[in-house]
Amino acid sequence: MSKIDKDEHSGVETTGHEWDGIKELNNPAPRWWLGVFVITVIWSIGYWVVYPAWPTLSGDGERGGTTGNTGWTQYSQLAESQAEIMARRAAYLDRFDAATFEAIQADNGLYAFALAGGASAFKDNCATCHGTGGAGASGYPNLNDDDWLWGGTVDAIEETIKFGIRANHDETRFSEMPAFADIFAEDEISDIADYVLSFSTNTIYPTRGKTLYDEQCSLCHAEDGTGDRFQGAPNLSDAIWFYGGKKGEIEAQIRRPKHGVMPNWNVRLSDSTIRQLAIYVHSLGGGETE
Amino acid sequence: MSDAAQPIKYFEKRERAYPKRIWGKYRKLKWIAMIVTLGIYYLAPFLRWDRGPHAPDQAILIDMSAQRGYFFFIEIWPQEVYYLTGILVLAAVALFFVTSLAGRVWCGYTCPQTVWTDLFVWVERIIQGDRVKRMKLAKGPWSLEKIWKFALTHSLWIVIGMLTGGAWVFYFNDAPTLLEQIIHFEVPWSVGGWIVALTFSTYLMAGFAREQVCMYMCPYSRFQSAMFDKETMVIGYDEDRGEPRGRHKKGDTWEGRGDCVDCTLCVQVCPVGIDIRDGLQMECIACGLCVDACNQIMEKVERPAGLIRYDTTHNREARLSGKPEITHVMRPRTFWYMSVLVVVGGIMLYGLLNRSASELHVLHDRNPLYVTLSDGTIRNGYDIRILNKTHEDILFKLSVDGVQNAQVRIQAAGNPDPSALLVYADSVAHYRVFVSAPKPSTARSTLTFTAASASGDIIETYSGIFLSTGR
Repeated sequence: MSKIDKDEHSGVETTGHEWDGIKELNNPAPRWWLGVFVITVIWSIGYWVVYPAWPTLSGDGERGGTTGNTGWTQYSQLAESQAEIMARRAAYLDRFDAATFEAIQADNGLYAFALAGGASAFKDNCATCHGTGGAGASGYPNLNDDDWLWGGTVDAIEETIKFGIRANHDETRFSEMPAFADIFAEDEISDIADYVLSFSTNTIYPTRGKTLYDEQCSLCHAEDGTGDRFQGAPNLSDAIWFYGGKKGEIEAQIRRPKHGVMPNWNVRLSDSTIRQLAIYVHSLGGGETE
Repeated sequence: MSDAAQPIKYFEKRERAYPKRIWGKYRKLKWIAMIVTLGIYYLAPFLRWDRGPHAPDQAILIDMSAQRGYFFFIEIWPQEVYYLTGILVLAAVALFFVTSLAGRVWCGYTCPQTVWTDLFVWVERIIQGDRVKRMKLAKGPWSLEKIWKFALTHSLWIVIGMLTGGAWVFYFNDAPTLLEQIIHFEVPWSVGGWIVALTFSTYLMAGFAREQVCMYMCPYSRFQSAMFDKETMVIGYDEDRGEPRGRHKKGDTWEGRGDCVDCTLCVQVCPVGIDIRDGLQMECIACGLCVDACNQIMEKVERPAGLIRYDTTHNREARLSGKPEITHVMRPRTFWYMSVLVVVGGIMLYGLLNRSASELHVLHDRNPLYVTLSDGTIRNGYDIRILNKTHEDILFKLSVDGVQNAQVRIQAAGNPDPSALLVYADSVAHYRVFVSAPKPSTARSTLTFTAASASGDIIETYSGIFLSTGR
């Protein structure tokens, strides 16, 4: 036993440790602090019993840890709150799924439910190409107007969303326009473009343009240029142009047509969500009745 | 530095005041003020005011969940909260005005802190006795008497606190319904929480903090001197008449001495524990109890009353120089306060009298700004909101003006007709509106929306825009 060494200046006992003449004083942590520390240690034992605490090697329990005797975990809390939301939605969803569009459209609550669900799904999935307001861009159709390639009723829109356009699905909507660059000479293409423009602008066109159009194009686009939704042939007589309405843009589309692709959303979205989306798109302003 | 030097004291320990009971003109005024203010506070939520079947019939109600404020014939919506701002401005300026005229009368008679403290002191005196008994009891050891007297006092204080908190929540709920719920202990947490919080704060502030609230917490008591001028009424001790003070035996001469007999009754009755004879002090709440006390003594010693009284600095100066004592109500300071009162009050009154029964708001779509339709016409989309602040359902007819051949369509469940838009009583209707028109010659045209009630007595307009390619 070494004798008790006290620091001369402060009168405090030293621990006996000394480095280069500097001695460590023995100033223990206050009693109250130690008391609190011990209480927290005891508290933690209770905590292990009640709540999930220790990871386990076996992976037993919820997500590989001890579960605690209450069974509460963050995962179960999440599942519970999600179930609560689903239950709240279910009140509408059951009625929504059973109702026809006419019935939904006549019901304030259901219609608002469909629009809210559709708007949120649209921003998550569709806005990337069609824009947040559904206004589209060149090559991506504007969903606000009244010009529909494949039909603008709720049912037609629903089918388009579900199976897509030129998508990887047996029932997908499909159309293909041949590349006329190899068939027509450049001046012939120019004449056809002039004729196509005359549908909507009533301008003068070369007769050869009409002859060639009637021969090669009218089968799909119709003699008066109104197109054919069944084949997905665009209406050429209105004020809306998918790939641009300038003569050069029309010529380019005759030479080597561009063909856009829309995915079939049935693999990603539920039928209910697709129907809500269809009703939302239908409500943007150009929706057709039948 | 010597050891004998007194260290500087940064903290002054509080001397608790044990105000002695007194009776007189100002004490009577204080009782009346207490009965009136507490009466209004506790009973006002139970006043009824018929507003028809679609609105609550409580005269004063702030309905948080329905976002409505009711005050007798006035009803405000959240966006009209500036009326509340107006009331607060009016209250503040009215306080300035009264203070510049009569000093701290708000503090002395009607401030909730003063009123509840007064009530608590009254309870304390009923249970524990007057000043000397209370001081003896507080200093004395814990005896059975002290325990039951203290327990009873504090219990009663808590009961008063609970009533205070209980009355507060009535202003935010239907009072009779809530009273029934409270009696059955069926209150939501929000209500219970407020009752507990106000019970606690009342108990703490009126039971313990008392004059310290005025001295250390209240900003108003600190900046009131800015509203004073020489003609402001303040409670003061007339030292010209009172000094030199001293004890006086019956039959002694009053020659060569002041009227103050140094009985210290004015100090004993003071609820903030100061000596008014030291002059105007920050702690003084101008309650007038020292005036009552001194007048009582002056009567006994057969000297004129008013050694301590309401007076002005201007009057004292006039007295000393032999001029007449005049107090002007109209002074630059009071004139400006009155002007502000009249202007703000006028604006408020004008606003209330011309408050519209409905509002029309039109929000143009941001994306897309406009849509070209297949026949070349241009369509713009809008979100409109029609507010119906009346208590009856109204059918509105929506029309637009400013763009040639414009067609209006409502996009909503049931495809309602623009000429018959139903807006329910006391609510806001939201509609999607599409306006189509042949392409105008300018990229931006003004489009005026008009919502008119079927009877034609409500017409709301909104100046909006119609956008197009402009080419």
